[in-house]
Amino acid sequence: MLDNILESLAFILGTTLMYSAPLIYTALGGVISENSGVVNIGLEGMMTIGAFFGATVGYYSGNPWLGFLVGGLAGGALALLHAIASVTFAADQVVSGIAINFLGPGLALFLSRMFFDGATMTRPIDLEDKIPRSLDKILTKGTFIEKVFNQYDTVYLAFILVAIIWFILYKTKLGLRIRAVGEHPKAADTLGINVYNIRYLCVFLSGVFAGFGGAAMSLAVVSNFRPTLISGQGFIALAAMIFGKWKPQGAMLACLLFGAAQGLVVFLGGTEFQVPSEILAMIPYVLTLIILMGFVGRATPPAADGVPYEKDSN
Amino acid sequence: MKTKLKLKEKLFSGNLGFTLFSIVIGFVVGAIVLLIAGFNPLEAYSVMISGVFSRPKYISWTIIYATPIIITGLSVAFAFRTGLFNIGAEGQYIIGSLVATAIGYFLKLPPVIHFIFVFITAALAAGLWGAIAGYLKAKFGVHEVIATIMLNWIALYLNNYFVMLEGFKRPQSETSYEIQNTASITILENWKYSDVGREWLSNYPILKDILAAPVNLGFLIAILLAILVWYILNKTTLGYELRAVGFNRHAAEYGGINVEKSMVISMFIAGALAGIAGALQVTGVTKSVAILAAMEGYGFDGIAVSLIGSNTAFGSIFSGLLFGMLKYGGPKIQPFLRAPSEVVNIVIGTIVFFVAIPKFIRMLGSLMNKKRGEKNVG
Repeated sequence: MLDNILESLAFILGTTLMYSAPLIYTALGGVISENSGVVNIGLEGMMTIGAFFGATVGYYSGNPWLGFLVGGLAGGALALLHAIASVTFAADQVVSGIAINFLGPGLALFLSRMFFDGATMTRPIDLEDKIPRSLDKILTKGTFIEKVFNQYDTVYLAFILVAIIWFILYKTKLGLRIRAVGEHPKAADTLGINVYNIRYLCVFLSGVFAGFGGAAMSLAVVSNFRPTLISGQGFIALAAMIFGKWKPQGAMLACLLFGAAQGLVVFLGGTEFQVPSEILAMIPYVLTLIILMGFVGRATPPAADGVPYEKDSN
Repeated sequence: MKTKLKLKEKLFSGNLGFTLFSIVIGFVVGAIVLLIAGFNPLEAYSVMISGVFSRPKYISWTIIYATPIIITGLSVAFAFRTGLFNIGAEGQYIIGSLVATAIGYFLKLPPVIHFIFVFITAALAAGLWGAIAGYLKAKFGVHEVIATIMLNWIALYLNNYFVMLEGFKRPQSETSYEIQNTASITILENWKYSDVGREWLSNYPILKDILAAPVNLGFLIAILLAILVWYILNKTTLGYELRAVGFNRHAAEYGGINVEKSMVISMFIAGALAGIAGALQVTGVTKSVAILAAMEGYGFDGIAVSLIGSNTAFGSIFSGLLFGMLKYGGPKIQPFLRAPSEVVNIVIGTIVFFVAIPKFIRMLGSLMNKKRGEKNVG
């Protein structure tokens, strides 16, 4: 009995980690962009293009890490468009993000048809060419720890990245500058910080991270790209970022919650459990709404989030 | 010094000019992408155009494709004008189509009355769904973008839950039962397949071709809704108040407008509109709802429709029709040229992208004027 429970728990925790990782990358992208004052609703599109490039480069090169990197760069390239619009041309950032969400999936599927004989699905990567599981040889098979923590390397990387972004944002000069630009760009400008450069950097990085998130999906969770692979995960990551109050550690916790819901649905799908999976799948979203209603305090975005900065304006 | 604006300058300074310019750039970028991929863009665009206009049936289909996104566009536009961003049209559409199917299938009512009942219940249900986001914003300060994203997913899973229920799910399928004929708004639905209808129509090939698509009253209702939205926003006290809240929440409050109530009402109306889009799609075209593996995109397309239509009621009709053409005509380049139909999304994305940056277009305009000025001096 106890063994069964532990077994189930290990399965749920393991799947939670696996499903959370892509969300964590993407949510971190949101954190970095919005802390510099640029709303990034285009995470979904950046994640999709990252997933496509990750899977495609992974398939042709046989090197998952090269795929992962190119996935990130593809997301970053798309993010540059968002930066040009929202930083240089003071665009409505939400509108520009919506454009990205049409461009990302559009380009991904267009290219997929070009590279894979008209198919919107990329050809699957061989199992040994997926992202490796480095701890596979170290952990003893069959133990609780092994079942939970024997994950694809992209999962560990996601959590390491959370720590890195936290450190950069709160412990370095660059982080202070990013937050200053997001809170009060005019003051930051007066102090000699180049608002535009900081914002370009942050938006680019947010695309890179979202691209990583997509690639972590197509190179680890599954082994190819298909049209419904991302469908909405970028938006969930966006919600997780707000849920986590624009902080890397908070976003991570929120992503774990969404991942856990998915893990639970997968787990219960394999059991005789009576609660319909649709109702379970709904829970994290309902929970998010309830929590946002103020039971854990208000979520306040950076003061200048979404406000274009124009040097000569007052 | 005031000089008369030339037509060109007027176009560059006005909303319409920006939009038309963006649409042109959208198609140019689409052409460049096709060219790089090794296709002839002129050929691709002419396939699209003939795929939309060359047969009456195609025109019918284009309008059918445009109808739901015109209305979700109205929903988004209405919210935008009152200072709210309704990303939730997607979920409100789902709720509307679900309720429309349930009422359309389970209730037995006389024709016309049945449809009216379906229409009203779907609008109410989706309106309340939208109002949740308005209420959360008004009472708890929850940003409507995140609230509606959450509500979209909840709606999707609710839909899947109800479609799976015994008594509603059609056995051996992933869809619900179909609505009763009494709730249908498809024109001459039974007659056109009856012996009499077939015989009569064979004498009128054009009419026959038009009716080969599920032509329905949806488009007419969409136009009426656009007029209604325009009227509410511009000609009523309610519209004035809602827009005032959108312009400046604090000023509106100071002026004696109940801001919290306005937000709820605004989201209710936006939700009802998106729900009507779903109800019309069910009663006019699909007749049932299916299990959704992912979002269908009617709400997200509505956002783009609204933006390209400058967030106005009548703008939404035109940009919705443009969308309908792209969405119906676009995929035809796939079988004819083996060119990826997703170029359509690239065109749409580019249009929205340039709509977002009027500053760029203004700069371009002034640059051109400057050059001409220099030439004149020289």
